[in-house]
Amino acid sequence: MRAALLIAGKDLKARVRDRSALLIGIVVPLGLAFIFNAIFGGISNSKSISLGVVVADRGTAGQAFVRQVLTPLRHSGLITVHQEGSAAAARSLAAKGTLNAVIVVPGGFTAAVEANRPASLIVIENASAPVTAQIARAIADSYAANINRVRLAVATVVAPSPASFSPARVRQLAARAAATTVPLAIRDISARTKELDNKSFYAAGMAVFFLFFTVQFGITSLLEERADGTMARLLAAPIPRGSILGSKLLVSFVLGAVSMTVLVIATSLLFGASWGNPVGVGLLVAAATLAATGIMALLATFARNAEQAGNAQAIVAVVLGLLGGTFFPVSLAPGVLARLTFIAPQAWFLRGLGDLRGSSLSVIWTPIAALLVFAIVTGAIAVLRLRRIAEV
Amino acid sequence: MASTPVLKCHGLRRRFGDLVAVDGLGFQIAVGETYGLLGPNGAGKTTTISMIAGLLERDAGEVIVAGRAMTTKTVQAKSALGYVPQELAIYPDLSGLENLLFFARLYGMSRAQARARAREVLELIGLADRAKDATKTYSGGMKRRLNVGLGLLNHPRLLILDEPTVGVDPQSRNAILESVAGLSGAGMAVLYTTHYMEEAERLCDRVGIVDHGQLIAEGTPRELVGMVGEFDSVVLAAAGDLARAAKVLATMAAVKKASVTDDSIDLVVAQARENLPALLETAAGSGAAVRSVTVTEPDLEAVFLHLTGRALRD
Repeated sequence: MRAALLIAGKDLKARVRDRSALLIGIVVPLGLAFIFNAIFGGISNSKSISLGVVVADRGTAGQAFVRQVLTPLRHSGLITVHQEGSAAAARSLAAKGTLNAVIVVPGGFTAAVEANRPASLIVIENASAPVTAQIARAIADSYAANINRVRLAVATVVAPSPASFSPARVRQLAARAAATTVPLAIRDISARTKELDNKSFYAAGMAVFFLFFTVQFGITSLLEERADGTMARLLAAPIPRGSILGSKLLVSFVLGAVSMTVLVIATSLLFGASWGNPVGVGLLVAAATLAATGIMALLATFARNAEQAGNAQAIVAVVLGLLGGTFFPVSLAPGVLARLTFIAPQAWFLRGLGDLRGSSLSVIWTPIAALLVFAIVTGAIAVLRLRRIAEV
Repeated sequence: MASTPVLKCHGLRRRFGDLVAVDGLGFQIAVGETYGLLGPNGAGKTTTISMIAGLLERDAGEVIVAGRAMTTKTVQAKSALGYVPQELAIYPDLSGLENLLFFARLYGMSRAQARARAREVLELIGLADRAKDATKTYSGGMKRRLNVGLGLLNHPRLLILDEPTVGVDPQSRNAILESVAGLSGAGMAVLYTTHYMEEAERLCDRVGIVDHGQLIAEGTPRELVGMVGEFDSVVLAAAGDLARAAKVLATMAAVKKASVTDDSIDLVVAQARENLPALLETAAGSGAAVRSVTVTEPDLEAVFLHLTGRALRD
């Protein structure tokens, strides 16, 4: 162990001096994450939807709309709600493009509902913002469906003997029906809902993409030692041969883990990237670094020299990086590609970070297990084959 | 040979595919003795010392260093060994001092011990004033000296030097040879491989001549030269059909061996000075236009020529 630490210390000192690891491991990914954020960061996150709302109805249904719909929308942060005084004013703002869409709860809406007469919610659409119009319609449909649920429930109770129910009793029943929990609901737990926001995605994507380049520095130094003749001197020294291999793998892991840690902290502070639970992120970073070390070590065993190894490793790192969704979100890929993506450790790392958002640590065991399988399988084969390199 | 040998090896054998690089080779080196392995390039010298230093697995044979069996996995036997590879084996981004400190620590020294020993070695190899400079800024000769110095760090009982003067300027070469001569005086056993016979003659107490992976002769330089007897080495620099001339010269009674090297005919001749006129006449008569003649007293070059029919630098 002492010999492995001495060799690793010597290698790390050399890497710090030549600054290549610093460049590849920190400066370049940080720079690219910044550029991607600057270009793509505003597309879906920074520009929220402007939805106008006019509540002309003062009855219980109108109040319920404010309570059940407007308040959650305001809290979501995705939609900016502008409450307007009249439908005409709101229509004018939509026509000017100030509002993307408007939902109007007309006066007498509650009375119509309670009297079991036809009642309508009005959606005013801005033709140049069709997506927002669809969202506004979906919100209105959802609220109307809820009103209809209550009306149906009350009608079912009152229908056998309508004379025995006073208007006050009907309102009481309606209130109770409205308060009941919807018995069956569909929750969207698709991958889309768990994706990282743009800032975090590009920070994590660039970090894990360049992780595979950074860990190369450790393992390819084994080939450099052989080319430079220093391997012979190491082999002649009174140290276990395993310590030479161990030190190189250790350097790969340390370089990878340090670069990832610096990037996590730097992107959080500089770009406001949100990586998630620090313990979970730490576990994912460790597992991804092990996987990257194993794969890059295995590739090095097929090379004759450091240059050849570097070329092969770069090709594989780029292909796996693209497949793993480090440049574009996995959900954008067509079906086959979406399935292929999980042959790349980068995809498991990003999936783990996505799963971690707002969830407990238990959700990341699958991505971590997948990353460790990559690490163990490739690492074990690499260690067996690396013995060949550790010869004169 | 005095006292218990520091190195004993016998029956060494190593094959690379169809090529038998070392074939049953063995010898011993005593305390304070400098032993030269002399042979042309490709004779098996580096493979032999790679097995002795525990760098390379052997197919057969045994190596004992300072009383301990040497294998590729041995740690204790390697502690008694200093190794100077043929190629420069230093880290270019580290300074001379850092290179020495790193290897000193690998040999188990504490920080303080390593620092003290590194300073001693830097003085010994004359690099104390450049100790903190990155070795990539060193001249070729300075790198060579550091390469040798790294082998001395652990006060080895056996120092192995694999052709340490290859590609070295005359001044640095002389400095290295003087250093090696001083080491044996200090009680260190030295195994020195070279294909320069003058280095072997100057440094070595005993010489083993290697060809095609086998030890074909062994002894002190005087003993080996004695094998050639009254024979002298004659080099005829000539033009023309040298192969034919060498063939005809080889039939002369006084000529023991004749071979062609580039634009000269190398001969091993009995009483060369007396037979020189006949040699020149025969050479001229067989198609060789002789431009110059060099006659040298018997040396290890002549011994090798005598034993193999080939020059060391063939």
